[in-house]
Amino acid sequence: MIEFLQQLINGLGQGSIYALIALGYTMVYGVLRFINFAHGDVYMLGAFAGLYVAPWTLRLFGGGPSFAGAAAVLLLAMAVCAAAGVAIEWLCYRPLRHRPRLNVLITAIGVSLFLENAGQSVFGADPKSFPEIIADRALDLPASWGPFAMLTITVGQLLVVGVTLVLLVGLRHVVRRTRLGLAMRALAFNPGAASLMGVNNGVVIAFTFGLGSALAGAAGILTSIQQSSIDPLMGVNAGLKAFVAAVLGGIGSLPGAALGGVLIGLLEALVVGYISPTYRDPIVFAVLIVILLVKPTGLLGGTEREKV
Amino acid sequence: MLTVSALSVSYGAIRAVDGVSLAVPAGTIVTLIGGNGAGKSTTLRALSGLLRAQAGTVTFAGTDITRLPPHRIVALGLAHVPEGRMIFANLSVDENLAMGAYLLRDRDRIAQNRSEVLELFPRLGERLRQSAGTLSGGEQQMLAIARALMGSPKFLMLDEPSLGLAPRLIGIIFEKIQEINRRHGLTILLVEQNARLALEVSAHAYVLETGRVVMAGPSTDLRTDPRLKAAYLGG
Repeated sequence: MIEFLQQLINGLGQGSIYALIALGYTMVYGVLRFINFAHGDVYMLGAFAGLYVAPWTLRLFGGGPSFAGAAAVLLLAMAVCAAAGVAIEWLCYRPLRHRPRLNVLITAIGVSLFLENAGQSVFGADPKSFPEIIADRALDLPASWGPFAMLTITVGQLLVVGVTLVLLVGLRHVVRRTRLGLAMRALAFNPGAASLMGVNNGVVIAFTFGLGSALAGAAGILTSIQQSSIDPLMGVNAGLKAFVAAVLGGIGSLPGAALGGVLIGLLEALVVGYISPTYRDPIVFAVLIVILLVKPTGLLGGTEREKV
Repeated sequence: MLTVSALSVSYGAIRAVDGVSLAVPAGTIVTLIGGNGAGKSTTLRALSGLLRAQAGTVTFAGTDITRLPPHRIVALGLAHVPEGRMIFANLSVDENLAMGAYLLRDRDRIAQNRSEVLELFPRLGERLRQSAGTLSGGEQQMLAIARALMGSPKFLMLDEPSLGLAPRLIGIIFEKIQEINRRHGLTILLVEQNARLALEVSAHAYVLETGRVVMAGPSTDLRTDPRLKAAYLGG
């Protein structure tokens, strides 16, 4: 029982990362009906942005690991990724807006390969160790918790889950309560009708890329807190897993992406804990095949409405 | 207020609108009638910027809007209630109205417009929180018109507001259209397949056939025109 709970706790941290990345896939799919395969590499850019700004912010906030310093790293990496996301959309996808959708899909794969290879030549192909931006340690659980005191919960895990929750609530607010969020939802349903309301679709699409990329950047930093080693190809696997999460939750559905991410994270932890780490990736990708066969709209995705 | 001269629009190799010229004076209701595929909806879609015109010019309130994108045209006060209504079925009725006022920043103005359109269509007031996709066809048409009015337009283009509605509802919608024109002084360009109805409410009419204007004149004259009677008014 304790063992099982421990696996769930471990899985929740990784699941939060997947959830944050999956949201970007699903948001972009919502407004443009295409899968941005370069999204996982934006997550990698977030981690490297953190690597470069961390020494600087650490000095600014007193030299050692601190929450203020970590928050600064997180926000800067999110800003860098938002800018990168908007730039990618502007340079690579926008010129193809009125071409067949396959063209932009192939372009996305090209952008992904470009970022991976440019990353290896600019940052170096070898793994880099990420500086300690917060003092990560296991919490001392009170003895009064009985057998539960044997669980290992780290500051990093709490932080990852906590920050993810804050970002999810923030995103929900933006999408449901702001003018741009309303325009995003209208555009996702019918771009022509949205433009007849005065929506500048180009601006809203850029905003959507920026928002999704910022979340991927946050995921890059949160991963680095847990894993401490980053490399230019780290976005390949994480991006694919998050894509599976988005499909599992129902592509286009924001709550679905969050749920799918957490479920994939938990599944991975259970496979690693009870079967074998070797089977982690095959089982996750088998989920993709099964969901596409059994329920292509995913757990929370509605049936695609016929467009008028 | 709106002047269209020699407008041509093509879908690939097919010319759907071929040299259409028309004028809509401020404060009037002008109608564009014709059968299926005559180019009526295509004309409206080109006027609101959804389609690119191959040739011709469109002038609205002194501004050349021929090459402007839709969101810039709406900003000038030209609202388009498209064919098939195109309400946002994934949003609530209230959110649809909010989208109609997307370009307005003045909260008091938005609130005033909202109470005016709810007064015009009280039925919508009972359904504000409901998802717009659950509305009946007539209610969706009311919502589409109300949504367009939310942006304080000067000019309203309506595409087939009677389509798919029961006769009683058609009567209500057309009363509302006339009321909007009279009370708010809104200029209206109305596209209709139901020629009899369109000629009753409009001051001036254009008849479109395969992308060209084949007849034009005051609606009272066209109502008694033998050719039109034979073709569109059932003899």
